Amino acid sequence: MKTKFAPLMAALTAAALFTGTACSSSSDSSKGATDPAEKVELTYWSWTPNMDKVVAAWNSKNPNIQITVNKQDGGDAAVTKLLTAVKAGSGAPDIMQAEYQKIPTLVSSDALADIAAEVGSVKGKFPAGTWNGVTLGSEAVYGVPQDSGPLMFFYRSDVFEQNGLRAPKTWDDYAAAAEKIHQANPKQYLGTFSATDAGLFTGLAQQAGASWWGVKGDAWTVDINDAATQKVAAYWGGLVEKGVVDNKPMYTPEWNAALNDGTQVGWVSAVWAPGVLDGSAKDTLGKWKAAPMPQWDAAAPKTGAWGGSATSVTTQSKHKKQAAQFVAWLNSDAEALRLLATEAFVYPAANDATSALTSPPSFFADQPDYYTIAGEASKTLAPFTYGPNVNVAYSAFNDAFGKAAESKKAAAFTESLATIQKTTVDDLKNAGFTVAG
Amino acid sequence: MSQSTEVEPSTTAAPRRTATPVTATRRRPARRAGTPYAFLAPALILFTAFLAAPIFYAGYLSLRKVQVSGLGLGSKARTEVWAGLENYARSLSDPDFLPSVGRVGAYGLIVVPTMLGLALLMALLLDANRTREAVSKFARISIFLPYAVPAVVASLLWGFLYLPRVSPITDVVEAVGFTAPNLLSSDLTLWAVANIAVWGGTGFNMIVIYTALRAVPTSLYESARIDGASEIAIAWRIKIPIVMPSLVMTFVFSLIATLQVFAEPMTLRPLANTISTTWTPLMKVYRDAFTRNDIYAAAATSVIIALATFILSFGFLKLVGRRAFNQED
Repeated sequence: MKTKFAPLMAALTAAALFTGTACSSSSDSSKGATDPAEKVELTYWSWTPNMDKVVAAWNSKNPNIQITVNKQDGGDAAVTKLLTAVKAGSGAPDIMQAEYQKIPTLVSSDALADIAAEVGSVKGKFPAGTWNGVTLGSEAVYGVPQDSGPLMFFYRSDVFEQNGLRAPKTWDDYAAAAEKIHQANPKQYLGTFSATDAGLFTGLAQQAGASWWGVKGDAWTVDINDAATQKVAAYWGGLVEKGVVDNKPMYTPEWNAALNDGTQVGWVSAVWAPGVLDGSAKDTLGKWKAAPMPQWDAAAPKTGAWGGSATSVTTQSKHKKQAAQFVAWLNSDAEALRLLATEAFVYPAANDATSALTSPPSFFADQPDYYTIAGEASKTLAPFTYGPNVNVAYSAFNDAFGKAAESKKAAAFTESLATIQKTTVDDLKNAGFTVAG
Repeated sequence: MSQSTEVEPSTTAAPRRTATPVTATRRRPARRAGTPYAFLAPALILFTAFLAAPIFYAGYLSLRKVQVSGLGLGSKARTEVWAGLENYARSLSDPDFLPSVGRVGAYGLIVVPTMLGLALLMALLLDANRTREAVSKFARISIFLPYAVPAVVASLLWGFLYLPRVSPITDVVEAVGFTAPNLLSSDLTLWAVANIAVWGGTGFNMIVIYTALRAVPTSLYESARIDGASEIAIAWRIKIPIVMPSLVMTFVFSLIATLQVFAEPMTLRPLANTISTTWTPLMKVYRDAFTRNDIYAAAATSVIIALATFILSFGFLKLVGRRAFNQED
């Protein structure tokens, strides 16, 4: 009877073991020097809806460079797949949608090609802060910005009117409004501090003047526990401790319900927020308004970013030059921008975007100046550098701020930053990077 | 011992007996020798490709690490080198590792006794009711059904029930006049996750125990009744000792499932602040491999978990083995 368990045990041992994917690195980047008249077929990984319709416009005009869109599940999944393909030495697409915060990770894994020679000329068509995201402050260019997510503030105009409030100009106004609304109706909150959305917090820190990573000679710098981020953490910690904003995560069934039934009456979000509100707060259609972000210094308005991505060429592409041509067209050509905005519903990063966006999103139909506000906001994007281990900092954020939000103590919020700083630096050092400071 | 008794008589008859077999084996050695291996080949190949190779590869990875030169940007900036036991040291000294082990220990203390207790109780109740086959069949299927629900789906389902604003449970409790507790608060999260495991696992264990009970001949119970034993005494003195091997087996299964708890907390994590990315050891493996892109640390932690599973399971079997399986040996 005892022997019966032996094979069982063997199987269980195996089950407990994590099985890594086989990988061997052989990344001989081939030069994209081919005959321009030759017909090439390129693949493009993107998770943007209707991207194939935008690409169709290119394909009809460029019979020699045919692009096939390969729809991806989302940013994280596509990056994991791309990194696996790079390790395996084959299987990567020619062109890849890459979120700004993932670019350093991808570049440090040798997944993205430097296309400075081909696309350097379109630099002037993008806001400087956004362009910085694809150069990482270097001479190289690792992609062309596609969309950007400048932070904006969304609020229920009916609730604000009832309480005699106006859209907050500064963060002090926001705090006062949050308090007033919560006192008038203890069930209502002007917002929530979400410990699961590190991207939003990063944008808020960016607005306050932080840049969490940086390059100093041959070393990386990490500055997550700086004065600007401390200010942001203390501010939100204070609001949570007072109980005037909620401490539950965003993007949960509960949060959706709260937006829809009017208990969450404000949202610090980005230009793409109408799509989310359309899905989760259908019953409140027509009651929301968009406004520029509350400011730390109203005289010098700034904003951060939440989301946004660039289009990059991978190191495995055999036709880098043609791929780069397409990438430049896709994100700066007037017709492409119009298609991106109207068919794929992205907010293009290019300066010309506003000319392509004439009517407001349907959820904000009453607000004709929606894209004017967004355009003004994206001009005030504060510069921010991402590092090669954003994922590590973000997961440390989830853990540290999860505890802090649960404890509802402002002190726990500011202390969390030291933990995230230490985890991020330790990880860089452990991975063998040189860290300055 | 049994071998020597057989060998002795054969030596006396050696000359006549050995003559034919020797010539027989000499005539066709090659073909016969290969046959068993041909039959074994499919199993061996599958075992090597999908079990042994990944295990060795994980072991190999756990001894490696990546070295970065300069900013680590561009090609050839990363090289893989030997790390010795560094990854193991890092895993064990990670401030998140021990708490996650402790959490899983507490989780196991809640889940295993509750789940097996319920499974045994239900199996005994169903068995006591042997005459009403239709009722028993319906009850069996409905208790077993949650086991057929994938853990992720079950966790999403329970997640909705736990979130105060969307939970019908909260509505009911508050309608009666109590304040409903937030089941995803830091005090109760462990219980909330354990509840999903108990809900999903009880049915399977109940079926295993129940099947063992059905194999017991009714004559045993009849003689016990004649001796004046009550139903409870029969359950306690006869049924439970007889199904002990099944209980041991379900215990080992549950122990292993506990050590590998992953899907439930992983699915609930985005819903609450109280579940960290390293809430259980396997979640730490996942974080290291896919969030931190550090497959070397992930491999080291995996090896540690595998060894712990191995030691605990074998240790337990060794401890109870003799007592539990006495009747069958």
